[in-house]
Amino acid sequence: MTNHTGLTSTMSSTMGKYLLKLYITGRTPQGNRAIANLQRICQAELDGQYEMEVIDVIEDPQAAEDARIIATPTLIKALPPPLRRIIGDLSNKEKVLIGLDLSSPGDEEGHRRG
Amino acid sequence: MAEPAQRPSVTKSPTGIEGFDHISLGGVPTGRTTLVSGSAGSAKTIFAAQFLAEGIRQYDQAGVFVTFEESAADIRANVSSLGWDVADWEAAGKWAFVDAAPQPGDEVVVSGAFDLGALVVRVEAAVRRTGAARVAIDSLGAVFSRFENEVIVRAELFRLASALKGMGVTSVMTAERTSEYGEISRHGVEEFVTDNVVILRNVLEGEKRRRTVEVLKFRGTIHQKGEYPFTIMPDQGIVVIPLSAIELDQRSSYTRISSGNAELDAMCGGGFFRDSVILVSGATGCGKTLTSTEFIGGGVDNGERSLLMAFEESRDQLSRNASGWGRDFDRYEREGLLKVVALYPESAGLEDHLIRIKREIDSFKPNRVAVDSLSALERVSSIKGFREFVISLTSFIKHQEIAGLFTATTNSLMGGESVTETHISTITDAIILLRYVEMFGEMKRGLTVLKMRGSAHDKEIRAFTIDGTGMHIGAAFRNVTGILAGHPRHVPSAEIERLDQLFRPEGPRGRD
Repeated sequence: MTNHTGLTSTMSSTMGKYLLKLYITGRTPQGNRAIANLQRICQAELDGQYEMEVIDVIEDPQAAEDARIIATPTLIKALPPPLRRIIGDLSNKEKVLIGLDLSSPGDEEGHRRG
Repeated sequence: MAEPAQRPSVTKSPTGIEGFDHISLGGVPTGRTTLVSGSAGSAKTIFAAQFLAEGIRQYDQAGVFVTFEESAADIRANVSSLGWDVADWEAAGKWAFVDAAPQPGDEVVVSGAFDLGALVVRVEAAVRRTGAARVAIDSLGAVFSRFENEVIVRAELFRLASALKGMGVTSVMTAERTSEYGEISRHGVEEFVTDNVVILRNVLEGEKRRRTVEVLKFRGTIHQKGEYPFTIMPDQGIVVIPLSAIELDQRSSYTRISSGNAELDAMCGGGFFRDSVILVSGATGCGKTLTSTEFIGGGVDNGERSLLMAFEESRDQLSRNASGWGRDFDRYEREGLLKVVALYPESAGLEDHLIRIKREIDSFKPNRVAVDSLSALERVSSIKGFREFVISLTSFIKHQEIAGLFTATTNSLMGGESVTETHISTITDAIILLRYVEMFGEMKRGLTVLKMRGSAHDKEIRAFTIDGTGMHIGAAFRNVTGILAGHPRHVPSAEIERLDQLFRPEGPRGRD
């Protein structure tokens, strides 16, 4: 569960900075595609203000357990709040931007409460 | 992942769920996945959790619980009412959760293709970590509602099922049904996930809920067919009541026991058989409770223990009644020869009553069991459920090689038969009818032994009286006919003599 007050206090130091975690299951074409897509989007939209971590759940099942990942690839936007999960190979850029709160809330179709 | 070599035949692993292993003829197929499908509230989650709990408790097998719907914390709390300390088992490394339940407040966006690879990895990791032999997955419907793309979910669940097979674990998956008698599961899960299907039902029947379990198919192996009632007991979980699976293999005894009434013993050809079930049927106030009281008294006189399951009167009322007939229940109880359990029929379902009675018999180990009255229990069930209850109770009592006496109430004061009687008369070994007989403006009581399996018996309808020392059976109603039909008619003596002459040459009375 997201602890909003806790996250806000740690956020003050990393204001504006994106912390992104990408979970993949092995180096599959799907996983590699997700990495490439994410890098492209971040470079274009986040202007260096991001940290990106790729976690292979085959090597670290506990990380998947802790973050309660079931689908891969899963991108978690840990910071800034709110925490969001984006599932898939990130080939739909519009949806990724919505997930990262970088899109004007015009197309809300991709939003689903999980 | 390497598939294990195809075994020539399917072996089964006992689940440890009471009664289920009986109807499934040994449990669920080993190393395979069994789908447990049921509508909302049909106890799917309990079945899944109990599959693991019994594995730990009875077979020392660790288990992994994969939850898509409720959080691990909710499941821990929910099953604690069944007496299972999941947190304790987790600490001991016997139980592991893979919590795949949706996170409250999480916003999920789908962008492009995905798989459930992380789920499979987590399940595999948990199985490795605990050395689990059992996996329970609850429930598949929740996975479909989480992800829009049904094609991907189907393919991924198939992958999960193959992975489970590859790990050699025996697993149970639950799935939702939309109706009690319709397609096996929503989304047609059974078509691609598993060869083995168990269905749980929770049907409303005559305003009563009735839970049943059915083994629909076990590919490559046999099982009992049809629905079997089950109930959920506190501190135990699911208990399946195997009915037709019960074999008629109890031994028969020729040992006679006293009914507690010397005249009735004589009418029965020397008393009841030790392992027989006797039905006493009569109108209200006709002497049924007295008959069961004397039955208990007869046991006490021989130093035998009796259990009285009372569904119509309280313990104090029964004790007062008994003292009016010269039987001291308080003393019997003090001496440990009697246990009275008085319950409201409506306090539980029939299945629960059945299990309660079995428990009392198991713990008190009586020589005699009296149920007063069976008709009271009829109120809380459908006719089908009631029949099953009586069959199951009768066979249980016979297996213990103890005597059972059930009372049944007829609807009309004069004659007639009770509904109870109609449904169970073929199951019982002996039937005693108690009837009011109206004669010359006076109500008399009549008693007859209608049936006595394996023994000759008196076939007359005898008059009896009740006083402070109990029941006194006297002479037969010689001049009356039509008592059992409820229309007693006085017959002149001359007519009786004529009839006697008519039938005299017929030889001795044969065995019944």
